[in-house]
Amino acid sequence: MEENAKIRVNDLNLSIGKQKILKNINLEIPERKITIILGPSGCGKTTFLKTLNRLTDLYPEMHVTGSITIDNDDILHTHKDITLLRQKMGLLSQRPYPLPMNIYNNVAYGLRISGRKKRRFLDKRVEHYLKQANLWDEVKDRLKDPASALSIGQQQRLCLARGLAVDPDIILADEPTSALDPISSEAIEKKFVELKQQYTIVMVTHVLRQARRIADYVVFMYLGEVIEQGTAEEIFQNPQQEITKQYLKGAFN
Amino acid sequence: MLTLQKRKSKPKYKNFQSRDVVRFFKVKRHLRSKLHTTWMVIGLIVVILLPFILGVGLYIKSLLLLEDQSLFNLLFSSDWRPLAGKFGFLTFIISSVWVTIIALLIAGPICLLTAIHLTQYAKNWVLKVVHPVIDILAGIPSVIFGVWGILIIVPFISDYIAPFLGKQSSGYSILAGSIVLAVMIIPFILNILIEVFRTLPDELKESSLSLGATKWQTIKFVLVKKAFPGIISAFGLGVSRAFGETIAVLMVVGNVTTIPKGLFQPGYPLPALIANNYGEMLSIPLYDSALMLAALVLFVVVMLFNLGSRIAISRLEEKG
Repeated sequence: MEENAKIRVNDLNLSIGKQKILKNINLEIPERKITIILGPSGCGKTTFLKTLNRLTDLYPEMHVTGSITIDNDDILHTHKDITLLRQKMGLLSQRPYPLPMNIYNNVAYGLRISGRKKRRFLDKRVEHYLKQANLWDEVKDRLKDPASALSIGQQQRLCLARGLAVDPDIILADEPTSALDPISSEAIEKKFVELKQQYTIVMVTHVLRQARRIADYVVFMYLGEVIEQGTAEEIFQNPQQEITKQYLKGAFN
Repeated sequence: MLTLQKRKSKPKYKNFQSRDVVRFFKVKRHLRSKLHTTWMVIGLIVVILLPFILGVGLYIKSLLLLEDQSLFNLLFSSDWRPLAGKFGFLTFIISSVWVTIIALLIAGPICLLTAIHLTQYAKNWVLKVVHPVIDILAGIPSVIFGVWGILIIVPFISDYIAPFLGKQSSGYSILAGSIVLAVMIIPFILNILIEVFRTLPDELKESSLSLGATKWQTIKFVLVKKAFPGIISAFGLGVSRAFGETIAVLMVVGNVTTIPKGLFQPGYPLPALIANNYGEMLSIPLYDSALMLAALVLFVVVMLFNLGSRIAISRLEEKG
């Protein structure tokens, strides 16, 4: 397990003013596995996800210390280009936020801004990634329609396609199915299980059943702290901490 | 609960007095409440009816002229000789359009860039400091802008800008009017733009950034595009404000009844026409009517821009 950790988090602390959001997080996230971050609402899961691709930079009031190492590079103190770093990670948020442009351009956007503009290349890529996200058949005749015209479930898959299009190593997903109907949710879950062949997936959720279905590795967070982490089997079958047991029993809901 | 039961247990029809008193107060209370709501509804109706009353009033007043001459002729002729019964509004309309467009060309980019900076780049406290400043700017009486225009802008144009471009100008010109107007509508447009950019969801920004876009790319390709209807309507509201602004423009624009052929020539916008002449020659009924028609044109144009912009803004809010 320690051998192939993709992301290592050491002593990560995050505070806004005097309020501590994340406390001494120490984690290892394995490569090409689905890691589920589990915990009740408001325990800092989303914030943690945002520190991973430095979206926390957007909020100057957030104070971050510690280190996050991805591929032997401490991304919190790196001299490398942040935009390249972010391209390595596709982000899927709670609700889909399609960019204000047509379906085609939503997927091509990430490629265009990194300078690849040849029409042929873009066409191929857009098709490929829309297929990967199981969306191609539904939208191939209306690629020029605004993305906002799609249903929420389709929009979420579009966001997945657009995230994959920049060729990331890691997929960060923040409760990606919470706004979706059961069928769309299942489609996303299935896709994730397929995608873990190629990608390291970190997904935040508070849906226990979902976690049981797809998790390889589970991190349980509570009030900004990591309470327990381990393989899905360890956590679900034999949790060590009292608080984890209670949560798994559904005591928090 | 307990008191209620006690009361119930008392025999009926015995406690006349207190029942009546209670009833009296109850009635009074209800009456009051009813009266108050009636007043509120009346207030509301007055507010809703006001624009219609204004519009219809102006229309009735301008009928005299409209029956005498065709509207087309009035709007597209530049022959303005009231004493001879010639009322061509073209000069004034063109002046108004000139002043408004130039003012928007000056104010628009400044507002857009400032709004983007304040909402995307500046620290929170900067916005907190700037916001009241904008509000204060918006609250300054327009006559002060007019005086400032006469003292600073007019001489600046006649002594520096015009000679620099090889033109002659007294300074009282379309350009002077536009600059004063631009300064006046900047706080107005800026306030709306700041709101527009603030309503954009953070997640949209995050989505673009997480795809590897730089901050500037995100602003250019995503935020401005998403905010576009809002930007247009902010400008539209600015235009409707600028088009009707009277006193400050009147003070610096020259007020000469010839069609302006350049920025450095004087103009004579519609509001200035009305303000300068109303009450002077009302002995000529057609003149009176002509000024009312000018007011009506102004009113309709401003209403249309206002309505259009507000519809655009509400669409933006619906979309989220």
